[in-house]
Amino acid sequence: MAAAGWAGVLVPEEADGSDMGHAAAHVLAREMGRNLTVSPFLSTAVMAATLLRQLKDPSSNGKLKEIAAGELTYALALDESAKFSPENVELTAEKRGNGYILNGKKRFVIDGCDAERILVLAKSDEGLCLFDLANTTKGLEKTPLEMIDSRDAADLVFDNVELSGDALLGAAGSGYDLLKPALEAGQAALAAETIGLSEAAFAQTTDYLKERKQFGVTIGSFQALQHRAAHLWCEIELTHSAVLNAGRILDTAPDTATLAVSVAKARATDTAQKAVQEGVQMHGGMGMTDAFDMGFYMKRARVAAEWLGDYGYHAGVVAQLRGF
Amino acid sequence: MTTAEVERETGGAGFRREIRDWLEANCPPEMRDGASGEDAICWGGTSWVFSCEAQKIWLERCAARGLTVPTWPKAYGGAGLTRDEDKILKEEMQALGARSPLDSFGIWMLGPALLKFGCEEQKLHFLPPIARGEIRWCQGYSEPGAGSDLAGVQTHAADQGDTWLVFGQKIWTSYADKADWIFALLRTDREAKKHLGISFVLMDMRTKGISTQPIRLISGSSPFCETFFEDVEVPKHQVVGTVNRGWDVAKYLLTHEREMISNGANVMVSGRSLGAVLSESETGLSDPVLRGDAMRAEVDTLALEMTLERYKDQSEGGQGVGDASAMLKYMGTELNKQRLELVMAAEGSNALTWQDTPASSWLRTKANSIEGGTSEVMLSIISRRILNLPGYETWQNSFKQKKKSCCPRPPVVSSQNPRQSPDCVRAGCGKALRPRALAGNGRCRMGRRACPRGG
Repeated sequence: MAAAGWAGVLVPEEADGSDMGHAAAHVLAREMGRNLTVSPFLSTAVMAATLLRQLKDPSSNGKLKEIAAGELTYALALDESAKFSPENVELTAEKRGNGYILNGKKRFVIDGCDAERILVLAKSDEGLCLFDLANTTKGLEKTPLEMIDSRDAADLVFDNVELSGDALLGAAGSGYDLLKPALEAGQAALAAETIGLSEAAFAQTTDYLKERKQFGVTIGSFQALQHRAAHLWCEIELTHSAVLNAGRILDTAPDTATLAVSVAKARATDTAQKAVQEGVQMHGGMGMTDAFDMGFYMKRARVAAEWLGDYGYHAGVVAQLRGF
Repeated sequence: MTTAEVERETGGAGFRREIRDWLEANCPPEMRDGASGEDAICWGGTSWVFSCEAQKIWLERCAARGLTVPTWPKAYGGAGLTRDEDKILKEEMQALGARSPLDSFGIWMLGPALLKFGCEEQKLHFLPPIARGEIRWCQGYSEPGAGSDLAGVQTHAADQGDTWLVFGQKIWTSYADKADWIFALLRTDREAKKHLGISFVLMDMRTKGISTQPIRLISGSSPFCETFFEDVEVPKHQVVGTVNRGWDVAKYLLTHEREMISNGANVMVSGRSLGAVLSESETGLSDPVLRGDAMRAEVDTLALEMTLERYKDQSEGGQGVGDASAMLKYMGTELNKQRLELVMAAEGSNALTWQDTPASSWLRTKANSIEGGTSEVMLSIISRRILNLPGYETWQNSFKQKKKSCCPRPPVVSSQNPRQSPDCVRAGCGKALRPRALAGNGRCRMGRRACPRGG
């Protein structure tokens, strides 16, 4: 992926990236969704790169170079409860001398076991602060999670983790402002991955409808199934528009992208749920077996639904921005 | 930025300035209230009564400049604008709050069909009066026996040499009682396969033998009519396109109609957020279930708007919307129905009277998913043409192969086989039976239901 330039898709050219933008990143994410590619692409190449490039300092530039070269991976430690709520932070950062002491817990950290570095938001006297630390830092305990989608995730405990002052990214108190663009980039790219997943699950389902015979005919000739499949195609088409729109706005006017991103993530989450549920049902008993991919799509869709905000979270953002 | 956006900022600047100045100078103040909908609309036609002098002036000024049909060629009453220029015009009109000078089925439907399928004489004769709002058209498609199965139209046009003699009935002809002319699908060949025996015919509503009867709807209004044709003589040159190939014209027009309905549905709801509308109701959005449903509808509305934008950009790039118009029609109308349900629920008992309530709009939306092809027909189109799932005919045929037809072919009577077979004794059937088809009781072997004559 690094050799193909994918890892540097959002890295500036001065840091050896291709800087092709979010819409291009979404093309990649969508294809990864189609074939369920396991990769730190979203955490590292999308979110960490978007976050670090805002800083424009030599240290961040160095990290961006390593990301583009595929030599450095990141995980974002965000959740503290069972639902995404990035601003509600209990993990504390206590100033000590020039550095900080971190105490608290983070859950459902995607790529949390294997990523070389962790980005974490902590509460301090100066407001929310964002820290960048190595995953080998003393006091950081990782518990691997056996995920339904078989991917890397971990619970992290920060037990008196001592960080030097240069682990703090940006100014103290500006943590969430730095994180927000990265979250939006990640949410949109995850929506793109999810639409790819929906498209692939749907394509397998319509193929099956054309091939499976019962009562002497292909089951795809039954109107009861045709109309459900056609409806699902409509849902996917609308969601695809929302994803393309989010990519376009992130590239042209990123400061105003919140609505577009939340529409895309909400729709993508919802559409994927529909696509995999119909996929299993229309595959009949075969859909319940591990021999078909449909179950893998279903499990990945469930994890993707919760990561970076579920339907309710993003519909809530939309409602707030639309004057509800 | 899309190509169109760049164009607006750069190359289109001169045109934008020109059109802005013209609108500023020519749009009467009364026509700048941004109003749309049934009360503000100008339909035109010989029986049209202008709501005020300004409406008349606005129509005349626009028509003189070709702006009632901006993208039509100048020779036919248009302004010959490109798509981008048309977009600029629409934006500038919206910015000024200018009302649409003229809306009609002639503009939306017949015009595009004539431009594509009509001969030069027909274009020159029929298009300019549409552009000037002088002739109002209605559409004669559906019949009592041909709704979703539109190609089943039976209103018959018998060939009489120079003329057709038309007999039959149309239904759901919108505003037929106010229209000057009708474009209709007529059966001109009863023997051909059903899609291949239909012609697209233009008729003057004043012709002897045509009469109309409005149908009162659940919403209280009567926009639709029944239209009757009793031995109506129609000159042959009033057929558009090739005789018996009217289905091609009809299909093209239906695509337009679907886009129009989905756009219309979208225009009705877009601009203002549903949340903002519902929040103004007496009890606001305090009910969590209503609030949740409204949030979901809002997300879907935004996604639909993004899709309309995407399709517009695609068609500007030369890729037509094609069969996906069925999706826009289906999703747009279903969403519109849902939104009006939410409005009714938010208004509570305040919405249960006729005066100044959303009640009639709510009821009107129920027709959206029926007119111009039902939601079910749209889903079947998507299923067949986009997903390539087998058509309904395939499914039907699979059963036909198993069941033989009721009455076997009559026997070949030859010198070697001079014996005449007995007839099926079932009442009204009476077909000659092959000896091996006899079931012993003098009836053909198929059950009652399968016997096409209802034996």
